[in-house]
Amino acid sequence: MSEALATGGPPARRARRNWVPYALLAPGLLWLIVFFAVPTLSLVSQSLQTGDVYNGYVLTWNVQTYVDALSTYWPQMVRSLVYAGLATVFTLLLGYPLAWFIAHRSGRFKNVLLVLVVAPFFTSFLIRTLAWQTILGNGGLLESTMSWLHLTWLLHGFESFLGLVNLGTGNQLLYTPFAVVSGLTYNFLPFMVLPLYANIERLDLRLVEAASDLYATPFHAFRRVIWPLSLPGVVAGTLLTFIPAAGDYINSVLLGSTQTVMIGQVIDSQFLRVLNYPLAAALSVVLMAVIIGLVMAYVRRAGTEELV
Amino acid sequence: MAERQTPDLTSLPMRAALARGLTTRRSVMTGALGIGATMALAACGSAGTKATSSGGASPTAKAAKDMSDTEKLVNWSNWPEYIDVAESGGGHPSLEEFTKKFGIKVNYTEDYNDNDEFYAKVRPLLAAGQDTGRDTWCSTDWMVARLIRQGYVQPFDLANIPNHGNVDSSLLNVEFDPGRKFSLPWQSGFAGIAYNPKATGGKKIETVDQLLTDPSLKGKVTLLTEMRDTVGLVMMAMGKDIAKFTDADFMSAIDEIKKAKEAGQIKGFTGNEYTKPLASGDTAACIAWTGDVVQLQADNPSLGYVLPETGCTLWSDNFVIPALAKHKKNAEILINYYYEPAVMAQVVDYVNYISPVQNTKEILTKSDPSVADNQLIFPSEATLSRAHVFRGLSEAEEAKYNQAFQSVVTG
Repeated sequence: MSEALATGGPPARRARRNWVPYALLAPGLLWLIVFFAVPTLSLVSQSLQTGDVYNGYVLTWNVQTYVDALSTYWPQMVRSLVYAGLATVFTLLLGYPLAWFIAHRSGRFKNVLLVLVVAPFFTSFLIRTLAWQTILGNGGLLESTMSWLHLTWLLHGFESFLGLVNLGTGNQLLYTPFAVVSGLTYNFLPFMVLPLYANIERLDLRLVEAASDLYATPFHAFRRVIWPLSLPGVVAGTLLTFIPAAGDYINSVLLGSTQTVMIGQVIDSQFLRVLNYPLAAALSVVLMAVIIGLVMAYVRRAGTEELV
Repeated sequence: MAERQTPDLTSLPMRAALARGLTTRRSVMTGALGIGATMALAACGSAGTKATSSGGASPTAKAAKDMSDTEKLVNWSNWPEYIDVAESGGGHPSLEEFTKKFGIKVNYTEDYNDNDEFYAKVRPLLAAGQDTGRDTWCSTDWMVARLIRQGYVQPFDLANIPNHGNVDSSLLNVEFDPGRKFSLPWQSGFAGIAYNPKATGGKKIETVDQLLTDPSLKGKVTLLTEMRDTVGLVMMAMGKDIAKFTDADFMSAIDEIKKAKEAGQIKGFTGNEYTKPLASGDTAACIAWTGDVVQLQADNPSLGYVLPETGCTLWSDNFVIPALAKHKKNAEILINYYYEPAVMAQVVDYVNYISPVQNTKEILTKSDPSVADNQLIFPSEATLSRAHVFRGLSEAEEAKYNQAFQSVVTG
């Protein structure tokens, strides 16, 4: 490419043209600098400062904050990653068949179904999560539906099971890790479905026919043909779900208990209530680093050059 | 500035939602939106604080040139659902009468959802010596103490507030603002114990010990994120005086709460989003503020509310005028107006908190006896004797106690 340019037109013309790509890049670059680079730098710098809100902070390269942050709050960090991971798996299990159905089986309802997937986004994130309080709560929609279906025993059985494995009090669904992961799964489902749909919709169904012509069972056709082809969609969907879910805390605040505290809640409390800015910043930096590390390992393993 | 938005309180469904406790004074929805905003501020804030150095031993708030006489308006930030609302759903009658009477327009904004969050929002401006765009707001006692300590609020010109003599004598000499030079109370309330008999099986919950240890309440108890209310109640239950306690007293109360939390007794720590689960029975018992519960009882008369015998906390939210407020005199005229007993009666009749102004009870006895007879709105001497005020904290103590309390809340 650069060779072609170099041997191409006369030098004068090339010089005149060279600034164009930079000019086109400028708005994006500026945006990145103002809204990403500067805040990130400021965040990292804050995490290495000492002082307090009233008397100001000085940059002292105090790494001890990181040690404190990790040694005190590693359980919340691990919990956030586990919850986000579970929610990602569940959104994939729910989202993949849904995306397939919308792409290949929905006929003229395709657009309607797509709108329906996005429709919950027309209301606030908070309202949607609060609605789950009503669904899962005492005498809520779930309980009344189950009793209408004469399945109350199933619900109570599940609640007791949660209690037995120490994930709740044994008599409620709300305020358990189950509720938090359900909330996360629900709230991030569209982020999984849309990239999957975009990918699956372009998938050539004749390849599946070819596979069955070559005596592949439906399972093998999926395993060897469909799944590998849809991997870019899967990777995009899982990233879009996992990353925000790991930092989310509204679901835990509204649907969880004191046993389900996620790292976002800790950062919020350290920043707003304790006014310990360095600790809050250090936790944020660690969260970012951990997520970037996980994502890089994942993308490398999934090996999707199409995505990056 | 004249275009500042207020939440839509005019629609009936919205007001119904408010009444049901879907969103109330320390509303969770608006609160979380605010948290989003402050998270964004984090980035800017840290850069700002680097430049900020200490204001010295006793900083004083700067006054701006008062534009009150040329610009007939005042900007007031207050907690959601904390003022009278017309029956028809249209606006706030007491504010409209004020505008009619004095020709001063009020930009009333319900953007004060939480003391810490509001502080995070205005602190960078105040620290940088900039106008916050607000002429007055209502902060809780301890936040007023912090604002005075940092020199972020201006003393009143009491000549503009002749009605300040109407303030209830018990609220006149407070530790954080002797002689009430910087702050005047807007509303007061207690923190006590609320319970839903449906969820407790008819059992009365009357002590803090029951909250923290009764196995029948396991996983169905919420406490408040307001440290002074939660730890205050627990300390009093342990026989300590919250007006003078030691580090050891505080930490032993923290240990009690931690023990209960680790035993799975406590479901969560909340702002006033405790109201909805309490009404539905998902929360069996909790620490709750008076005004909220009085409002809830209108729909759920069976809800119980107790001021524990060991003691409850008493707090106030207070008018303050921030540094560089552009319409200081107008704000003072506004405060003076609300110190008319008849006007305050109108507000108290709606918000159901404790009036800081003398003689409001006499007015309400005639117009709305049920409110005037309510011990939680007009407490008797006997009731008041149970109420205590959390002592003031130094900066170092505040930091230490907040850290200890938050490590339980998010631990």
